[in-house]
Amino acid sequence: MDYWRKPLDAEEINVSQGEVHIIEDRCKGCGYCIEFCPKDILAFSIRFNKKGYHPPEVVGTEKCVNCHYCEIICPEFAIYSVEISTAKEG
Amino acid sequence: MKPAVLTGEHYMTGDEACAEGALAAGCLFFGGYPITPATEIAEHMSERLPGVGGTFIQMEDEIAAIASVLGAAWAGQKSMTATSGPGFSLMMENIGLAACTETPCVVVNVQRAGPSTGLPTMGAQGDMMQVRWGSHGDYEIIALAPCSAQEIFYQTITAFNLSERYRTPVFVMTDEIIGHMSEKVIIPPADQIKTEWRPKPQGRKDRFLLYKPGPNGVAPMPAAGEGYNVHVTGLTHDEKGYPVMSVEAQHQMMTRIKRKILGNLDDIIMTESHQLEDAEIVLVSYGISARTCLAATQQARGMGLKVGFLRLITIWPFAEAQIQALAQRVKGFVTVEINLGQIHLEVMRSAMGKVPCHLVGHHGGTIISPDQVLAKIKEAFPCP
Amino acid sequence: MSLTALAKNGAVPDHPLEDLIRSDRIPHIWCPGCGIGTAFAACLSAMKASGIDLQTICMVSGIGCSGRAAGYVKLDSFHTTHGRAIPFATGLKLGNPKLNVVVFSGDGDLFAIGGNHFIHAARRNIDLTVICLNNLNYGMTGGQVAATTPFLARTTTTPAGNPEAPFNLPLLAWAAGATYVARWTILHTRELTECIQKAMKKSGFSFVEVLGPCPVNYGRRNKEKSLQTLKLYQEQTIIRNNADPTDLEVDFSKKVVLGEFVDKERSTCIENYDKTCRLM
Repeated sequence: MDYWRKPLDAEEINVSQGEVHIIEDRCKGCGYCIEFCPKDILAFSIRFNKKGYHPPEVVGTEKCVNCHYCEIICPEFAIYSVEISTAKEG
Repeated sequence: MKPAVLTGEHYMTGDEACAEGALAAGCLFFGGYPITPATEIAEHMSERLPGVGGTFIQMEDEIAAIASVLGAAWAGQKSMTATSGPGFSLMMENIGLAACTETPCVVVNVQRAGPSTGLPTMGAQGDMMQVRWGSHGDYEIIALAPCSAQEIFYQTITAFNLSERYRTPVFVMTDEIIGHMSEKVIIPPADQIKTEWRPKPQGRKDRFLLYKPGPNGVAPMPAAGEGYNVHVTGLTHDEKGYPVMSVEAQHQMMTRIKRKILGNLDDIIMTESHQLEDAEIVLVSYGISARTCLAATQQARGMGLKVGFLRLITIWPFAEAQIQALAQRVKGFVTVEINLGQIHLEVMRSAMGKVPCHLVGHHGGTIISPDQVLAKIKEAFPCP
Repeated sequence: MSLTALAKNGAVPDHPLEDLIRSDRIPHIWCPGCGIGTAFAACLSAMKASGIDLQTICMVSGIGCSGRAAGYVKLDSFHTTHGRAIPFATGLKLGNPKLNVVVFSGDGDLFAIGGNHFIHAARRNIDLTVICLNNLNYGMTGGQVAATTPFLARTTTTPAGNPEAPFNLPLLAWAAGATYVARWTILHTRELTECIQKAMKKSGFSFVEVLGPCPVNYGRRNKEKSLQTLKLYQEQTIIRNNADPTDLEVDFSKKVVLGEFVDKERSTCIENYDKTCRLM
């Protein structure tokens, strides 16, 4: 998903960085997170989970902006992101 | 403001006595829907409940009425509804939910003649099997059948106590005749009325099991908002309350629901004996028809006939053992009821062919006269 | 730090809703691509964000796929009979007015078999939050026509197309007197979460309709894969707050209007009861 236009202060804004966590065995492979990730950092993996679905995997870790959209569109409680600094402290 | 317990001597209808009994038992929620001949119970509760801190609501139909009663029960209240035939039919699905989820509540059925709309203003006792089997599946319930306004007052209290003690729906099966008849009702002082509450859970909330039975077979029951995070479902569930779709879970759940009633028969079954000691012919009856039988017994004794009378106060679970014991020593039974043979079938089943069982029944709409009972006694058991 | 390294340190944080779901019952029964899970998650996020004491929140569901929601929330939860979630919830709320009662159920449950209860609860303005996952059909039983199925849509009981017209749910809620009415799709999950939160805090009868796909039973028969349904939600919807309730039909051949349609004040059933009946 691309931005229609670039904000004037885009250079000054400090975009947070996120880390995506996936609970693979909860995934049913609907692909919503992959389709609607604004940064296109998710893709179907070739692995099967224990239910026989291909869970997503992160293909562009450093590009995650921690927007949580994958987390809130996921019907399965299977994916979520955390802010990287927080994750390191934890 | 009137107190919950209206101690004193009153002249009131059976329906009013029912409402006063409920209030004396601590009922604080009534979800109802108007229907003859039970409407007066709702009317009386609508007037009285707000004054004692309770809530009355007239729902959009009887289905909603019983559903709201179950909701209020899980909110921690003693709750009830009252209805008659057509409304009782509508309530059946949620009565099943109450049985399955072990939800205490009291349902009063002021019976009128059916089927369908039938005779709305005229009494009958035709819902006695419906109360036992009306909802789908196997389950146990408790049903009581009072025979006077005074007894309606007391039996309504007993109904609440039994429903709390056994976490089960309890039914008070009255009829249009005693519901609308005005009689003397004595209401004792509040401290002489024994009221019970559902067993409360103890111990760690996160380890609580909603359907793990205590010593008498009944599991403790928390209310919503108390922090137990209960899950209540009409699906077959395990002790935790979680749905489990398996033969084993079904077996365990059904065993528990049946055992808590069938394992406590001595505590639940109430009967009253009249001249049974030397009786050869035993009348069996309940509710308004019990009054017919009392008169018939007296008259028969006056004629020198050895007639006794077993009055069923608890209808369900059925007083099978009592009938069985009597069947060993009497010549026969005559069941008297305003239907075409419902409890009569239970008497026959319990007598197990040992002695003849007869019915004095009626299509409904009026009471049975003692003369009809005497005629049946003479016809069925002719003097040698 | 890599994910594996985090896991070894035991430092992977839980899913943010982990404490509100019965994780011992996950994965849930809903099919791949079903919208219920997303709407349900939005509901849990809203509960958390609302600041309401979670121990006072109860969820009541009826029967059907959406009716299973109550079984997955780690709060007092009630899975009742078909269509009767609202009257059960009414008793729960009247029995203890301190409870915050959320009804989460489907369109068939709330508007066909339970339709009468819905309009009466809205009329008497009982303080409930009703969330309806509208997937346009009866999913649990295999995809039969519902009171919300679009005209001419195919279902197993309308193999030639639905000859009936569907309900406009926000219009129905508005007409019956609901004090808060909104509609979103599962794609608009942020707005949805905000509106559910608002609905929960609002005293009075609140209604939130959530459009969600039923790819297996509705989508399959109407040539719509779940992602295509979500694209429809993206392209064929328009957000118009306070829209005229008569303009809110769900017809994706035109634009489907989303937004917050009603937010008004009216004294609740309990307030009126206390004022009217308790002064005798």
